[in-house]
Amino acid sequence: MTANGFLQVALYCVVIIALTRPLGGYMTRVYNGEATFLSLALRPLERVFYLASGIRENEEHDWRAYGLAMLTFSIAGFVALYAIQRLQGLLPFNPQQLGAVAPDSAFNTSVSFVTNTNWQSYVPETTMSYLTQMAGLTVHNFVSAAVGIALAIALVRGFARRSTQAIGNFWVDLTRTVLYILLPISIVVGLFLVSQGVPQNLNPYTEVTTLEGATQVIAQGPVASQEVIKELGTNGGGFFNANSSHPYENPSSLTNFVEMVLILSIGAALTNVFGRMVGKESQGWAIFTVMGILFLAGVLVVYGVESRGNPAFAELPVDAAAGTLQSGGNMEGKEVRFGIVSSSLFATITTAASCGAVNAMHDSLLPLGGMVPMLNIMLGEIIFGGVGSGLYGMLLFAIITIFVAGLMVGRTPEYLGKKIEAKEVKMAMLAILILPFSILGFTAIAVVLPTGLASLANAGPHGFSEALYAYTSGTGNNGSAFAGISANTPFYNTTIGLAMWIGRFLFIVPMLAIAGSLAAKKLVPASEGTFHTDGALFVGLLIGVILIIGGLTFFPALALGPIVEHLAMHAGTTY
Amino acid sequence: MKTYVFPAVMMTLLMTLLTGLAYPLGMTFLAGRLFPYQANGSLIERDGKIIGSELIGQNFETARYFHGRPSATTGPDPKDPSKGVPQPYNAGASSGSNLGPTSKALVERVGADANALAADNPGVPVPIDFITTSASGLDPDITPATALFQLPRVAAARKIPEDRLRKLVEDMTTGRFLGILGEPRVNVLKLNLALDTLSAEPR
Repeated sequence: MTANGFLQVALYCVVIIALTRPLGGYMTRVYNGEATFLSLALRPLERVFYLASGIRENEEHDWRAYGLAMLTFSIAGFVALYAIQRLQGLLPFNPQQLGAVAPDSAFNTSVSFVTNTNWQSYVPETTMSYLTQMAGLTVHNFVSAAVGIALAIALVRGFARRSTQAIGNFWVDLTRTVLYILLPISIVVGLFLVSQGVPQNLNPYTEVTTLEGATQVIAQGPVASQEVIKELGTNGGGFFNANSSHPYENPSSLTNFVEMVLILSIGAALTNVFGRMVGKESQGWAIFTVMGILFLAGVLVVYGVESRGNPAFAELPVDAAAGTLQSGGNMEGKEVRFGIVSSSLFATITTAASCGAVNAMHDSLLPLGGMVPMLNIMLGEIIFGGVGSGLYGMLLFAIITIFVAGLMVGRTPEYLGKKIEAKEVKMAMLAILILPFSILGFTAIAVVLPTGLASLANAGPHGFSEALYAYTSGTGNNGSAFAGISANTPFYNTTIGLAMWIGRFLFIVPMLAIAGSLAAKKLVPASEGTFHTDGALFVGLLIGVILIIGGLTFFPALALGPIVEHLAMHAGTTY
Repeated sequence: MKTYVFPAVMMTLLMTLLTGLAYPLGMTFLAGRLFPYQANGSLIERDGKIIGSELIGQNFETARYFHGRPSATTGPDPKDPSKGVPQPYNAGASSGSNLGPTSKALVERVGADANALAADNPGVPVPIDFITTSASGLDPDITPATALFQLPRVAAARKIPEDRLRKLVEDMTTGRFLGILGEPRVNVLKLNLALDTLSAEPR
């Protein structure tokens, strides 16, 4: 660990904190339907969307109608994406003449992109045509992110409103998210990425003769337009197999920094949107603080572990010490331009959010370095989190925390003036229990079936970690992987596809039910006995509840994977 | 159900037109006008021929060039295309090794490479990035430590004094952005192009 390393982490935190209020303010105006500086240009286009789709934009819906609209839209997107992949051989923008994607892989990919997971069991360069990348995958990078944000806004409205059934209009929230937030940022930052070296073309792959006379075929494509929304929408599906470690996706330390900022910016800003909508920004900052503390803890662990390097190389004539000429540490699966600190930071950011883009191979992280990303996802990706899903996940934990605090002092818990009653607590627990049910259940099945074991690339506890990470990533809609696992098999394509669907939609339904039930409640005026949810006590309690729930649930599984591997590594065991 | 299906289908269609066609194609048009070199992959020409991309590493094996990091990329086996065989720096299928820290294959590979390379520069430990595979398999860079480690070999093969090469490496080293972000690095392809230019100069 070096002074420069800490400076890079600090600079990142400063930029995220600085962006939270301005972006939060802008987003609040968008969701309140107020005019913004982009309205003049975008308002006519927005109206075309509503007119053509038969949507009455002033009509609001209850939570069931909101949820049904969201589900129908997701199913329509799934069908469209599946069809494009199966038909890509007959469609244009396919200079490499790639044929139809196999049915199980196309199913998995469709679920993956519709649920904002972007798990990739395929190698993009040799599987997906440019048309599939653009009209299929890029589209879902936008809309699955917009769906997540819309849902979070619906829940926030539940807290902010009183005595009403209406929590908003899904179609309007969806359209406004894409038009006013995601698309403008993508155009501006996307062009910036091109200026820094990210390609944006429709050329066939370039064949070059290298300096030593060998032939090298270099994959090309419309990379920048997908790269930017991949991070901004916390999607994470790479244009190339190596994702953000590929020099075309992430050519320099500057693009790397910008991509890291994109990943957490909306998730962080949403805490401010929450604060503004419920009428007190400090409520948002309390949530932000909880996220920030858990985030920093994760970064420091990964950075500390990775900079020490692999003890198995200690006896070799190898120099792994950090100095002015190299960053040292565990460089297997990392790029020189990012070194240890930018790779550790990225690994924590991408799993704190439900992004799943990677700039280093998580499979080659040291055991405890790889445990932090896994744990981040297991806790529910509530550390800033996926766009939207991070906030609504965190608010469910807040409900549990309020309930626990209420039990301790023996009074009916309230959060933001809303009485938290049995229904909300039951629904919050139901949503939270979906994660271990899917993660641990599917992992248990995979590691006893020969077909599941056959796909593991590493032996010993690391192999178990590969399967555990796969279902954690799928259920958490993250999409990163211990990528040695050969997941492009009918077994993994199907089970991970199911895990992604369960993790997304079975979590959302109880969450929307809470939104509806909260919106219908009356406001209880604050009194002497009201527990302040914007103070240090609440922050500490919320962190405790998150860690206890996550720890109790997942510690046994982690003990079998990264923890035992850590002990084995220091005992000099290899597999 | 019609209340939901019609808007869902229309929205999917409109979003595809906007974010799946108008946006990427518009970006392709703008990028090609504003940044044609970068948009087309930062390709480097020498003597009228494209010899690579400055962002994509390529394989160097001969003693007269600086070598890049080990690459774990594979390509189809010429005998049986359904199987993969090692093909370092395959820029049509990027990939890391994905070997875990307790993998026997990793520890053995690193050990063999470290002992083999130690002969290149006796008494100097091998920099860690020179014996570990990169995340993409296409890392265009090496650390300054790894560039300097190769000085004796390249100097002997080219019959250029080591001091002259050390100066070249220092000139070709890119520092951190604003002195803060990322890590210092040397682009191997650009270094080797400069090396060829240097060798061609009359001395």
